[in-house]
Amino acid sequence: MLPTINYCAERRILSVFLKGELDHHNTRPIREQTDIAVTKYRPALLVLDFSGVTFMDSSGIGLVMGRYKRMHDMGADLLIANPTPPIERLIRLASVERIVRIVYTAHSGTVKE
Amino acid sequence: MKTLKNHIKLVFPSHSENEGLARLAVSGFLAAEGADVSVIAELKTAVSEGVTNAIVHGYRNTHGLVTLEIKLFDSGRAKILIKDKGAGIEDITKAMEPLFTTAPEEERAGLGFAIMQSFCDKLRVRSAPGKGTTLTLEKYIYKR
Ligand SMILES: Nc1ncnc2c1ncn2[C@@H]1O[C@H](COP(=O)(O)OP(=O)(O)O)[C@@H](O)[C@H]1O
Ligand SMILES: [Mg+2]
Repeated sequence: MLPTINYCAERRILSVFLKGELDHHNTRPIREQTDIAVTKYRPALLVLDFSGVTFMDSSGIGLVMGRYKRMHDMGADLLIANPTPPIERLIRLASVERIVRIVYTAHSGTVKE
Repeated sequence: MKTLKNHIKLVFPSHSENEGLARLAVSGFLAAEGADVSVIAELKTAVSEGVTNAIVHGYRNTHGLVTLEIKLFDSGRAKILIKDKGAGIEDITKAMEPLFTTAPEEERAGLGFAIMQSFCDKLRVRSAPGKGTTLTLEKYIYKR
């Protein structure tokens, strides 16, 4: 079973709601689907929402850094939204928060299919 | 260390789907032994890194078997072995440097070893080019 992403695009903001286990196996299709949406909407801001992510290892860090480079090259921004505590810990361990800002939104954890 | 309390050994082909299976085995084994929940989360992540490395780097462009072994001792220490018979590592010190990766085009972060080190009490790497790699992870599993 391959993971799918949900996303919504409004004005020039693309929000991608990541879901499931962000390991090496699952990251590839998630990356491909995210990049397809980025190519389609050319957002000024990409928001990666982690509220539905139940596990993450360094593959998730690779995904974030790869999207950061891509958005940076397009002159666009990237935000990380709503990571759970263990995921935020991993993000900080990798010092990603020095270049990508982490935000928490009111609807955190209530994203539906 | 000393007396072995419980022990499992899992041998599986180097398919990336099995990364999730390895994590399930670790969390199932540790949960049944009453391990601390944050320890389970840390060891799950560390094992995910080690097994992914065996699959991605050890058996790059080829296939083989990955062995995952978990030993729990009476002292409360778990010893986890992750073994592949793949490519092996030329320069272990260099490979363990944070951000070092031989696969940047695949968006590997180069943080696998750094995460294993930070989430375990002890990490040992034995590797020889052409022979394969064995990781030994150690951690005390109960609440301190
Ligand atoms: N089991 C292995 N077999 C061969 N090479 C390995 C193995 N594990 C790690 N390596 C080497 O060590 C490097 C660093 O590993 P790691 O810190 O996990 O970063 P990453 O997996 O993101 O490249 C890898 O890029 C690879 O060259
Ligand atoms: Mg790795």
